[in-house]
Amino acid sequence: MNFDPRYSGRSFTSVGTRPIRPDGVDKVTGRARYGADFNMAGQLVGRVLRSPHAHAKIRKIDTSKAEKLAGVKAVITAADLPDLTDGDAAMYDILDNCMARTKALYDGHAVAAVAAVDARTAKQALKLIEVDYEVLPHVTDVDEAMKHTAPLLNDAIFTEGLEEKPVKPSNVTKRTQFGHGDIHEGFGQADFVVERSFKTEQTHQGYIEPHACVANVSSDGTADLWVCTQGHFVYRQHCAQLLGMEASKLRVTSSEIGGGFGGKTHVWAEPVALALSRKAGRPVKLVMTRDEVFRASGPTSATSIDVRIGARKDGTITAAEATLRYSCGPYAGMWAEIGAMTAFACYKLENVKTVGYEVLVNRPKTAAYRAPSAPMAAFAVESAVDELAKEIGMDPVDFRIRNAAQEGTRSSYGPVYGPIGIGPTLEAVKSHPHMKAPLGKNQGRGMACGFWFNFGGQTCTDLNIGMDGSVSLAVGTVDVGGSRASLSLVAAEELGIAYEHVKAVVADTSSLGYNDMTDGSRGTFSSSMATISAARNAIKILRERAAQTWDIPVEDVVWEKGHAIAKGEKYGNLAALSLREIAAASGKTGGPIAGHSELVADGAGVSFATHICDIEVDPETGSTRVLRYTVVQDAGKAVHPTYVEGQYQGGAAQGIGWALNEEYIYGKDGRLQNSGFLDYRIPVCSDLPMIDTQILEIPNPNHPYGVRGVGETSIVPPLAAIANAVSNAVGVRMTHIPMSPPRILAALEAER
Amino acid sequence: MVEVTLWGSLGAIAGGKSKVEIEAKDIRELFRKLAEQYPGLEPLIEKGIAVAIDGTIYRDTWSKELPQGAEIFLLPRLAGG
Repeated sequence: MNFDPRYSGRSFTSVGTRPIRPDGVDKVTGRARYGADFNMAGQLVGRVLRSPHAHAKIRKIDTSKAEKLAGVKAVITAADLPDLTDGDAAMYDILDNCMARTKALYDGHAVAAVAAVDARTAKQALKLIEVDYEVLPHVTDVDEAMKHTAPLLNDAIFTEGLEEKPVKPSNVTKRTQFGHGDIHEGFGQADFVVERSFKTEQTHQGYIEPHACVANVSSDGTADLWVCTQGHFVYRQHCAQLLGMEASKLRVTSSEIGGGFGGKTHVWAEPVALALSRKAGRPVKLVMTRDEVFRASGPTSATSIDVRIGARKDGTITAAEATLRYSCGPYAGMWAEIGAMTAFACYKLENVKTVGYEVLVNRPKTAAYRAPSAPMAAFAVESAVDELAKEIGMDPVDFRIRNAAQEGTRSSYGPVYGPIGIGPTLEAVKSHPHMKAPLGKNQGRGMACGFWFNFGGQTCTDLNIGMDGSVSLAVGTVDVGGSRASLSLVAAEELGIAYEHVKAVVADTSSLGYNDMTDGSRGTFSSSMATISAARNAIKILRERAAQTWDIPVEDVVWEKGHAIAKGEKYGNLAALSLREIAAASGKTGGPIAGHSELVADGAGVSFATHICDIEVDPETGSTRVLRYTVVQDAGKAVHPTYVEGQYQGGAAQGIGWALNEEYIYGKDGRLQNSGFLDYRIPVCSDLPMIDTQILEIPNPNHPYGVRGVGETSIVPPLAAIANAVSNAVGVRMTHIPMSPPRILAALEAER
Repeated sequence: MVEVTLWGSLGAIAGGKSKVEIEAKDIRELFRKLAEQYPGLEPLIEKGIAVAIDGTIYRDTWSKELPQGAEIFLLPRLAGG
C-alpha cells in the first residue's frame, strides 16, 4: 500500500463536528429507496416454498402442476442452481442454504421457488408444488445436539481440532482452543473460585427491513441486481459464482439499508431471484416476509457456556477458564471460536484457557450479529467476574480495574496489546455520576465490560472534483450508520473545503473497484483511509495544476486550507489559488481533476466498552424496566460524534432486547413458534430510557486520524451489565438469557 | 528468522508445535514457507489466516514486513457483523 496509515496527531477543522447527514432528508420524508422500493417494467413476483419440517430427506419434487398454472413464468428447484462451487465448502453451504438439495435441514429451508405475474398467482403456484419428504429425527438444542444419541445432521462431519481423528461422525464440527499459562497452577494460587454455567437463547438481528431484491437477467447473459445488502461487491461475487457468471457481467446496486447488523453479509434469496429471472426471461422481485426473515435468514447462535475464574484475596485473578458451545445452524461455522477468543480479552491473565465447540442443529444457518459471538461470552464471563468481586468483597469496578488489560498485556487470544482503552473506560465509569445515583426498592445496578476486534479490508474510493469546485465522493462500503456523512467530513478535512461542498454516494459494482462489505466495524475506518488517500492524490493534481498556472515548479506549491499556495520568497507574492479556481480552469490545464485510491485497510484498532445499567424488577410478575443506561466506549477518533453516539445507543438498545425478551422458541416438532414481531419482542422506544453515552478517544496508531471501528462493541457488554443489574435487584444470580418474566420468576421461586 | 506463535488448534495441525521458526521477510513468504513445511496448514492459509505483528492484526496485507524480534502471532480470520 503506497499510503502511510500511521496516526499523525493532527488537529481538525471538519472532523469531530456534527453536520446533518446527506441521506437524512430523504429518509425522514420517505423518499429514500430501500430494497423493496425498486421496480422494473414487466417484473414478476418471486416466492419461495419452504420446508415445514426441521429435518427431512427430499425424495422428490414435482413442479409440473405449478408450471401449468396460468401466470406462472418460472419454477425452480436445486436443479436450476447446480453446484458450481468447485470444492469451496463455505460457498457450497451458502448454495445449499439458498435452495435445499437432498435434505431440508430446518423449518423454513427453501426447497423450490416460483416467479409469477402477481403475488396471488405465485402463492397459488407454491401450493401446487408437491414435495415428497421423508421426515427425519431433529435436534434444535445446542447441548442435546452434542450428545452421542442426537440425530446426525450430516454424516460426513467428523469433529476437527481433536488430538485424534474421530472414527464416528458428529454434530460437533470443530473444537478450538486458546490461552496461555497453566490454569491448574493458577487455580492452585486462588483464594476464591467462582464456577458457573450459563445459557443464551438464539436471537435475530431484528433489522426492520426484510431481505429484498430485484433481479434482471438479460438474454445476453448480463444481469442487474438491485438489493438491500451490507456488501454489494460480495453479493456480486457470491451470485456470479453460484450462477456461473463473470462478475463483471453482473452489476449490483445497493439500496438504502434498513438494518443489517451482520445478517446481510452473505446471500440468501438473491441467487434464487437471479435464477428465476434467468429462467423466466423477465425481471423478478423477491421480498421476504417477516416470517421468512425469522425462519430462513441468519440469526445468532444459541449458547451454553461454563466459566471458572479464580482470584487471590487481594483481587488479582490467578486463572480463568471457559468452555463455550455455540449452535451454528446446519452448517459449519466459527462462532464458538470467536467466543473463545473474545471471552477474556478485557483482562490481564497469567493463566487462561478457552475451548470452543461448533455445534450443528436443525435451525437456520447462523449469521454474524454485531460483534458476533462476543456478547454471549461476555455475559458468562462478566457475570462470573461480578460474582467473584462480591465474594472477595471488592467493588466490581475496582476489581475489574485491578485486572484490566493494558498496553503490553498478552491478550487471552494470543498477541500482546498495543495502546487500548479498557482501563480508561473503567476509570470513566468509576467517576461517572450514574454510579453514585441512588437506587430504590426492587432496583439494581449492574456494569460490565466488552471487547471486539474490529477489522478493515479491501477498499476502493473515487473522489471527483467538479468544475464548480464541488466534490463527488464515490465509496464502495454500504452506509449502515451515517458513513456518507463521516466520509464527507474526511474529504472536506483533507481538501480544506466546507462539508456542504462534498456529496458522498455508494457506487455500484460496475463503477468502482472491489470493496469488502461493511462488517467488522470497518465502514468508516476503511473508507476514511481510502478517502484520505484519494483526497491526497487529488491534492497532488491540484498542486500540479496551480504550478502550471503560475509556471513554477510543483515542489514550490503547498496545499493549505483549500488553497494552493506558492511558498518561499521567490513566489510568495503570488495570490493563493482556491480549489474552486483551479477546478474552474481544469479544462485548460489538463482536464478533469480526480483522486483515486485502492488499498487494504489493515491495522484496525481493537475496541473496548464499559456499560452501566439500572433496572427495576417486579418480584410478583418478573417484569423488568431499564431505568437508566450509560455507555462508555473508546472510538479512537469520533469522526462524526452524533453517529458514533448513535452506534453506542443502537448496540445498547439491541442488547437490552436480547437480554430481556428476545428468543427463538421452537416446538417439539422443531418448528419456530414465534416468527413475528408480536411474539418475538424487540424493544421499542417506550421500552427504553434515553441511553447516555461517553466517547473516549484513544487514538488507533494505525489510522491517520486515530479512528477505530465503533459499530459492534456496544452490543457486547449489555447482556452482562443487565444480568448483573437484575441479579443485584433480585438477589439471585441470573444465568439464562433472555431474562424474561417467567425466567426471572422461576429463578426467584427456585431460591425461595 | 522470525518466531511465529500458532494458536492452539493450528498448533495441533503443525505437529503439536505452538511456536515455529521461519526465515521470512514478509507475510507472503511466511505463508509460503509454512505451507511448505507443514502441508496440513495450506488449506487453512487458503481459507484465511490473520497475522498479528506486535499486536496489530493484518488480514490481507501480505506485503507487510516481519521485523526482526517482532511478536508474530497467527490467528483465525474473523467474521464480523
